[in-house]
Parts: sequence; C-alpha cells; structure tokens
Amino acid sequence: MKDTIKRLLQYTASVVLLYALIQLLIFAGIINEYYQVTLAMICINIILAVSLNLITGFTGQFSLGHAGFMSIGAYTCALMTLRVGGLFSFILGILLGAILAAMVGFIIGMPTLRLKGDYLAIATLGFAEIIRIILLNLDFTGGARGLADIPRYTNWTWLYIFTVICIVVTVNFIKSSHGRVCISIREDEIAAETLGINITRYKVLSFVIGAFFAGIAGALYASYFYYIKPGLFGFLKSIDILVIVVLGGMGSITGSILASIFLAVISTYLQAFAEFRMIIYAVILVIIMIFRPQGLMGTKEFKPEQVEKRIKERNNR
Amino acid sequence: MPILSIKNLTMAFGGLAALTNINITVEKDELVGLIGPNGAGKTTIFNLLTGIYTPTQGVIEYQQNGSTRTINKLKPHVISSLGIARTFQNIRLFKDLTVLDNIRISIHKNVNYGVMPAFFKLPRVYSEEREILGKSNEILEIFGLESKKYELAKNLPYGEQRRLEIARALATNPSLLLLDEPAAGMNPNETSMLTDLIKWIWKEYGLTILLIEHDMSVVMKICERIYVLDYGMLIAEGTPEEIRTNKRVIQAYLGGELQNDA
Amino acid sequence: MEQLLQQLVNGLSLGSIYALISLGYTMVYGIIRLINFAHGDIYMIGAYVGYVCMRHLKLGFFESLIISMVFCALLGILIEKIAYKPLRNSARITALITAIGVSLFLEYSTMAVATATVRTYPADVLINKTFSPIKGVIVNIQQVYIFIITIALMLLLQFIVHKTRIGKAMRAVSADKDAARMMGINVDNTISYTFAIGSALAGAAGVLVGIYYNTINPLMGMLPGLKAFVAAVFGGIGIIPGAFIGGLTIGIIETMVSGYVSSLYKDAVAFAMLILILLVKPSGLLGKNIREKV
Repeated sequence: MKDTIKRLLQYTASVVLLYALIQLLIFAGIINEYYQVTLAMICINIILAVSLNLITGFTGQFSLGHAGFMSIGAYTCALMTLRVGGLFSFILGILLGAILAAMVGFIIGMPTLRLKGDYLAIATLGFAEIIRIILLNLDFTGGARGLADIPRYTNWTWLYIFTVICIVVTVNFIKSSHGRVCISIREDEIAAETLGINITRYKVLSFVIGAFFAGIAGALYASYFYYIKPGLFGFLKSIDILVIVVLGGMGSITGSILASIFLAVISTYLQAFAEFRMIIYAVILVIIMIFRPQGLMGTKEFKPEQVEKRIKERNNR
Repeated sequence: MPILSIKNLTMAFGGLAALTNINITVEKDELVGLIGPNGAGKTTIFNLLTGIYTPTQGVIEYQQNGSTRTINKLKPHVISSLGIARTFQNIRLFKDLTVLDNIRISIHKNVNYGVMPAFFKLPRVYSEEREILGKSNEILEIFGLESKKYELAKNLPYGEQRRLEIARALATNPSLLLLDEPAAGMNPNETSMLTDLIKWIWKEYGLTILLIEHDMSVVMKICERIYVLDYGMLIAEGTPEEIRTNKRVIQAYLGGELQNDA
Repeated sequence: MEQLLQQLVNGLSLGSIYALISLGYTMVYGIIRLINFAHGDIYMIGAYVGYVCMRHLKLGFFESLIISMVFCALLGILIEKIAYKPLRNSARITALITAIGVSLFLEYSTMAVATATVRTYPADVLINKTFSPIKGVIVNIQQVYIFIITIALMLLLQFIVHKTRIGKAMRAVSADKDAARMMGINVDNTISYTFAIGSALAGAAGVLVGIYYNTINPLMGMLPGLKAFVAAVFGGIGIIPGAFIGGLTIGIIETMVSGYVSSLYKDAVAFAMLILILLVKPSGLLGKNIREKV
C-alpha cells in the first residue's frame, strides 16, 4: 500500500514537472509558434492513437473509421464556440463532442462489431465515410467549405490536461478486470465467451471509450487550427492514426505515445515535401509490416521502474 | 433429477447430419464419459451444450437450484453464467497472457466494480483486485501452477497447458464441467496424474463431469457411465464393464482403427 | 420512364467499370484472403498508362488498352512479390495494413511523377457519337464499347478459370493452399498469375474510365477501389459472377441515386449498401456461409 502511494506521488510529480518545463520553454520563447504546432499535433495524435489502440490493439477490433469520431468532436466544439462563444462554450463543446462521438460509436458499434477482421475494418471505414458525406451535405456544418474562424481556446495547458486524462483513464481501464476481459477477446473470442464474458458488450464498450476520446481530440483540433472541413477527416486521416498505432505497437500505450512524437517530429521536418512525406509514410508502413509487424514496442510497455531495476542490477555486478 | 438432459438432439451442417437424434442424461454428481471414433460428433455435442452452435432440432435442458431451463438457444456467456464450463480439444488458452491473467479473466463475472471506478482506479478497485488475486492464487496452488503464474501461457509445457485450461474452467465456479480430451497428447505418466486430478476435483468441488476421451484407460478408470457415439448416433450406453464387452462398440472401434491405419 | 432507362444505360457503363475492378478484388481475396487495397490504384495507373499511350505515343485505343493491361499485370506481380509474399503466413490484419501502405505509395508516387494536375484523355480515340435507340434515351457508342469489352473480358476470365490449367490451379490453391502444393501445384506462380489477371482487368477499367469520363488524377482510384470492393462483397467475395453482378448493381444504384436524389449522396449509398449486406448476409449474394471451426 505504501509503495502504491509512493509510486502515485512519483508519477504525479513527474507529470506536473513535465508540464511546467514545457510551459517554461514556451514562455522563454524556446518553443516558438512553429514548434507549438508540432506540440499540439503530438498531443492530439497521442489521444487519437491511444484511443484507437484500445479498440484495435487491446480489444482486437480492427477499425478504419477513427477519423469519423474525431470529426464529430471537431464539429460539435467548433459550432459551440462559434455560436455561443467563451471559454465555457469551449469546455462544454469538448464534453458534448466527446459524448456525441461516444453515442455514435455505440450506434455504429452495436451492429458492426459482430463482424470480424477485415470485414469489420471495411464496415467501420464505410461508416466513417458516411459521417463525412453527411457533414458534407448539411447546411449548418458549412458543407465542403467547412467552418472557418473558429476561436482558439486550445493551448498547451488544455492539450496537456486532456492528453494526461486520456492516457491515465485508458491505462487504468486496461489494468482493470474489464480491461483484461477486452484483451481476452483479442486473444480468443470463443474461449472468452465460454468463460462467461459477454463479448459484444465489451467490444462495444471499448469502441465507445475510443470514440469518446477521439471526439475530444477532434474538439481540441478544431479549436487549435481555426478551420475544419469534412475532407480533413476522411479515410486518410483514419489511416494516419492507424499508422501511429501500428508503428508504436498494437497493445502498447507507451508505444503509441512514442510513435506519436516520432511521427510528428518527422512530419515537421518533411513539411516542405508534402508529397514525399506520404511516400515515406507508405514505405515505412510496408517495411514495418514486413520486418516488424508487432511495431516498435510490440505489446510491451516502457516502464521507468524497469530501467531503474536494470541500472541497479548493473551497478551491483 | 438429472442435471443435464439432451433430448432428440440433431445437428446438421448444410445438408450433412453431424448428430442424429441424440438422447443423453447426466445425473447430478455423476462422472460420465463420452467416447467414439474420430469424427463421431463428440465435440459437436460440447459445442451445442455451450451455445457455440444452435441445434437444428431437439432440446437441451439444464437443471440448476431445482429449476429446469432450456439452454439450447442461449448465448455462450449466459450458459457459462448458469454454471457450465468447458475445456477445448485443441487447447484455447489466452496464449500471450500470463498464467495468472488466464485465471483472473475467468473470475471476471464475480467482479462488482463498474467501468467508472475502473477509469479512476478508486479504492474499491484496489480491494477487489486483491480479492481476485487471492482467489486466483488459490486455484493455481491447487493445480500446482503457482510458481509459474507470471509465465506466458504459451510457454508452459503441453501437460501444464492442459492443466491450466482445466483450472481456468474451474475458476468460473461451474456445477457441470465438460472436458474435451483432457489427456490428449500426454504420456502415460502425465495421463495417470491427470486422471487422479480429475477424480480429486470431481469429489472436492462436488462437480458433475462429462468427459470426452480417446484414452480408454482414463475412461474405464474414472467414468461411472459411458455413452458411445459413432457416425453421429448413439450406439451404446452403460457402465465401463458393459461397454467393454459391447459388440457394436468393438466393431465401431475396430472399424475406426482400420480407417486410421489406411 | 425515359429518365429511368437513361439512368439504366449510364448505370450499366459505370457498373461495367466497377465490375472490372471488382473481379480483381474478388480473385485476389479468393486466393490469399487479402483485401488488396492497392487494387484501386492499379486501376489508376492503368488509366495513366493509357493516357501516355494515347497522348504521347499517339497509339490507338486497342493498342493502348493492351499495353495498359500488360503493364498493370506486371505491376501486380511485382507488388505481390515485394510486399505481400513475405507476409503470406502472418496475420491478415498485417497484410491489410501493408496493402494500405502499397496503395498510398502508388498514389503519392504517381503524384510525385505526374503531379496532382488533372489530365484529360484525347476525346477522339473512340468514336464519340450518340444514337437514340428509344425516343428520349441517348446512348453513346463509347458506352456500348465499355459494356461489350467488359462482357468479353468477363467471359474470357470465366474461360480461364474454368477451362485452363492455370484456372484449375487457381481454384485448387483457393480451396486449400497446402493440399494444392502437395499435389504438385506451384502455389507461388499461381498467385502471381492471379495478381496478373486481376491487375490487367483493373488496367482495362482504368483506360475505359479515362475514355468515358475524360479526366484522370492520381487519387482517382481510391473511391472506385472501395466501391469495387463493396461490389465484390455484395456478390459474395471470391465468386467471379458475383463480382460482376455486384459491380453492375452498384453502378446502377449509384446513377439512380444521383439522378433521383442527390449526386452528393451517391458515395454514401455504396457504403450504406455494404454495411447492410455485411449485417444481413455477410457471405454476399451468391456466397455460402462458412462457420469457424471450434
């Protein structure tokens, strides 16, 4: 028990420290406006990747429609801040966007999660496309032009808060009995079922949680980049998120975090060659799949305690 | 009062009848064997009993706490919650998870904390998780797997994998246990240890067991009654002694063996 | 009534193109259980090869069609050898992600070489004349060409699959790869042939669409590729006549929706149909149900 509290305090301290450090660098101007965009992309991608990892990496349900949930959060928050305005509308927009995304996740998940493997992938892709086409055709979403001049409320503080919440909640969930059940579904559905696990319920649950956080990511995105349109949340965006998850390792939260940082940094440097960026992306994807299909981390997690232990062991020798 | 009665059960895949008109009853606390040559339909019966397949015709009744329920249209997880657990012929452990997690997952239905407390890891999550851990350790100790609880299931030797699968089924706290060829692939020494283990858990937990087995020494040694299946039909039923001398059974098995050799 | 018939004519031409792409999807899925996401992009490449042949090399329609088909066949074999073959025994999801990677690679490589600009096919390669078989219904000769070429290729494919040695090998490999190998069938070659034939059909579809719609661009394969997959699933994946029927059905429904409802919703319809099929009869129109062995 004492150990648990000690570790909890250590984690909290390092989380606060990291926040303060980066905030300081922003104040000092070392992280300039240009790098702040990268920072925002990292946080948003972490939320997207961790939430998709819960669905695909941990529960084993292959989804190609994550951008669809993101778009729901983005449009909800954008409309809230455009129509109502004020910081309050921003926070409300985030929550409402997340809840709406979760609800759509439920409606989509209920029927489709009976499907398996690549059929499920195609069905989720189809649903995400339908969401995009609906956004394209509605009046109040601005059609193909989308929504512009969205007030910017998203800043480092909000990004950090939501990223930490997303990671902590997801990790807690995975480590709980409910999370173990989700993993057992990935491992063997039929065995899980005969052990009394309502697999549909847990598949839908992880889908809904994933959609919820994707909604938050979308909301943060809309309020950071001023401008959204349906085309931003198409098939390619879903693939983008999937690439992060696969690169980091399906079933590894730290893998998703590392991959988000890695890819955001790379794409910042490749900004000038947008077309080549996609070619390099594609090549990376194929090479990883051929030579290391489990991704950088596999299902393993990077834990500071293990590093500590290793160092101690080495010193003792 | 039988705990399980299978009445006029027929199962067809496409036009092919895998089982025809099967009638089986199992009394409470019995240990019943189900034998027959390869492809006779034994595992299909288990798949029907656990809700993985729905029968084409017939009824499966299961009795629990004095009330009888028809279970042939229920989903697998509902059937499990009624107290029927099984193992698989081809071992279906969660291979990439630890031995401990394999057990903890099957205790999940006893978990009382909801999803919300799990998100925020409230104190009750800690206390309940400790309880789960205690219960899992208990089961692992009984099966002699406690020292291996942090190993991945796939890294266990074959015999221990079989044992873990039985332990996992027991962790769901069943009244009726279905064992699908638990001794398959074991050497005589392992087999005899397993036979003792099955006998022991049967008595200790007050279970009713239905057992599919190829190894005649196991079946003859521990089963009180035996059903014999051939080409999807029941051809005999009786005590081990009666089955040993039954002409149709001998014929079916000799035929089966000849086919195997060819 | 006339409008309905007119939409039907347009739907048949569009559906023929979907059917051609869909055939390749279905063949590849049938043989290695892979949703070859890059298939739509092979169709795009086919359109570009046709463009180069007609615009720059000043070749005629049939020469261009054949060159494009051969080029795509070789490309299909190459992709299979480099990207998919090493993954033949890994998880299907791994293969699917690889296919997505290949698809992105083809799209953006084309964009890097040919730029994102929309290119226009020469308008006079095929007789561009219309006639009116029934009053109020206008048919372009090109539409007739497209339909006839599709039917011819489809019959040729049926002939190959059912009457030739290669076709027999394909059917054997698709039924049971290991058993086929033990019977002395060269599985690798058979898979190569399958990719070659499927890709050649996609290449043909690319040229036809270039003629029919005139414009091509590097991302043109994405949506038709997905829709062709829908068509394959609709007809029952792995079944050749199913893909043909599925392609025509989607083409017709799509033109009906853009004619009677709104062209903005036509893309949604294909996906809505897909989801409906997957939920009601995942095995497709002509498919059989297969259950997992426990």
